[in-house]
Amino acid sequence: MTAPPPVRTAATREAYAPTLIKLARAGHDIVALEADLSASTGGNKLAAEFPERWYTVGVAEANMIGMGAGLAAAGKTVFCASFAVFVPGHCFDQIRVSIAQPHLNVKLLASHGGISVGEDGASAQALEDLSLVTALPGFTVVVPADVVEAEKAIWAAGTTEGPFYIRVGRPKLPVLYDDDYDFQLGNAFLHREGTDVTVIACGLLVQAAADAAEHLAGEGISVRVLNMATVKPLDEDAVVRAARETGAIVTAEEHNVIGGLGAAVARCLALNAPVPMEQVGVWDRFGESGKWTQLIEHFGLNAAGIERALHRVLQRKVL
Amino acid sequence: MRDNEIDSVERAVTTTAPSLVEFQALTRRCRRRILEMTHAAQSGHPGGSLSCVEILTALYFGDVLRYDPARPDWPDRDRFILSKGHATPVFYAILAEAGYFSPDLLPTFRQFDSPLQGHVVMGTPPGVEMSAGALGLGLSFSNGLALAARLNGARGRVYCLLGDGELNEGQVWEAAMAAAHFGFDRITAIVDRNGFQNDGPSDEIMRLDPLAEKWRAFGWHVLALEDGHDLEELLAAFAEAQAVPDGPQVIIAPTIKGKGVSYMEANPAAWHGKGPSDEQLAQGLAELQA
Repeated sequence: MTAPPPVRTAATREAYAPTLIKLARAGHDIVALEADLSASTGGNKLAAEFPERWYTVGVAEANMIGMGAGLAAAGKTVFCASFAVFVPGHCFDQIRVSIAQPHLNVKLLASHGGISVGEDGASAQALEDLSLVTALPGFTVVVPADVVEAEKAIWAAGTTEGPFYIRVGRPKLPVLYDDDYDFQLGNAFLHREGTDVTVIACGLLVQAAADAAEHLAGEGISVRVLNMATVKPLDEDAVVRAARETGAIVTAEEHNVIGGLGAAVARCLALNAPVPMEQVGVWDRFGESGKWTQLIEHFGLNAAGIERALHRVLQRKVL
Repeated sequence: MRDNEIDSVERAVTTTAPSLVEFQALTRRCRRRILEMTHAAQSGHPGGSLSCVEILTALYFGDVLRYDPARPDWPDRDRFILSKGHATPVFYAILAEAGYFSPDLLPTFRQFDSPLQGHVVMGTPPGVEMSAGALGLGLSFSNGLALAARLNGARGRVYCLLGDGELNEGQVWEAAMAAAHFGFDRITAIVDRNGFQNDGPSDEIMRLDPLAEKWRAFGWHVLALEDGHDLEELLAAFAEAQAVPDGPQVIIAPTIKGKGVSYMEANPAAWHGKGPSDEQLAQGLAELQA
């Protein structure tokens, strides 16, 4: 049994420009900065209608972050866009001291997150960005699962005070939600109800989790799927409820298993409701070149990988 | 804010510049406080604080920086950005002198639960415009402030103090490029060229010369001073910088690390990041009596 084919695909990064324009049209005092990747992030589309709200600083991420901090200190709502390997990878200290410490109103839009960057290879594949930004006090960290959720997350960031990290991706993905989707910052979305085990996923692993759940339903196993788009602050209530109600957890993310969503969920479980848990992610290694679909399969970041983890955790579950 | 309100504030904060005698008394008091603070903390950065006493005194008390300690969030204020964020002893002494908080607070420098943190933290105490401590951050932040002022139609200028060792940081030159590219004529950078950094003489660790040519090549208007401790020369440079209509300005101020304290001037490399002993404090205070 397979899910019906999705009607539409879009990359989560495609949400950036339209949402910026929407924020500006709604009267929000935004300024968007770029570091020479605007053709990829799409941020430059803001300039056509609002030229005074968009600037590129060239290939200079550190200066972009510092300028963003200064603009925010003077009252602007600031977006800084780049690739996830460069922001935070190339300017962590600037983010830490100039944005996080003074808790400034700067939103980092990190495109091309994860292994699904594909052909550009290891240096371009951010698998540690969530570790870095979730370690910064006061940062809200969001990894949307589709373009609709990305639009809503960017809007939420632009209308909520404080520093944000929003990780979007390069490849076209199935559109999971419609415009009525009720995205709530900091709250897990119950993507699929289930009673035997829970997959907690973010980004492109949400669709994979739903596919795995559908497949296991055929084996008589009821899998709950939580879309944990907000990695920080973690919806601990939803995690604990899933542990108590289903007794076993699998996390799934396009990130190193050290320091990302899985690590946050493991911490929450260990402190509050220990149950068997398995992780789907990249096991502490760098990526490599290839088509993104090949890499997803090679690293097990797909429905098949989640199914294997589900079977492992169900064997460990105390019945 | 209406223009007349701005004018009334300007009158409130614009005082007659002190006489040279008053300036010298002020700088001596500031230097004594730097020694007392770093002695009490038995840590901190006296050498690079003593080198920029005149620079900050000229800014805050020479009718250069427009500020109002009663309203640290005044949108049209000028902003002073301490990019060499370890020079907190001099900065806190100056802010106390300017009326942002009581000088009674100065002995709590670097102590637990004090607002006077070892490196600058934005808004703590009021008057501190930016967090720093890692080097190289301030000029980028200044660019953001200048862009926001341009977009908001605000009147404020930005003064950013950099150390010469700090100029090793690549981000400074990213920011220098950007300030010239965007034509931020309301940014004035000041280089406290005291010639020493953490590990030793800055020209041995990483050569900066020809420094003026570097800044010029990056599109900056350069004001190279003879003596960064000469208040009249500093005030003339700030006045000249304010008149530059077409791009950022940098004042390169040759200074002496540990200036005013004989044993620090004699061995500046030893006085980057430690506090004086009881005997050294007594000797220094004696040298700095009014």
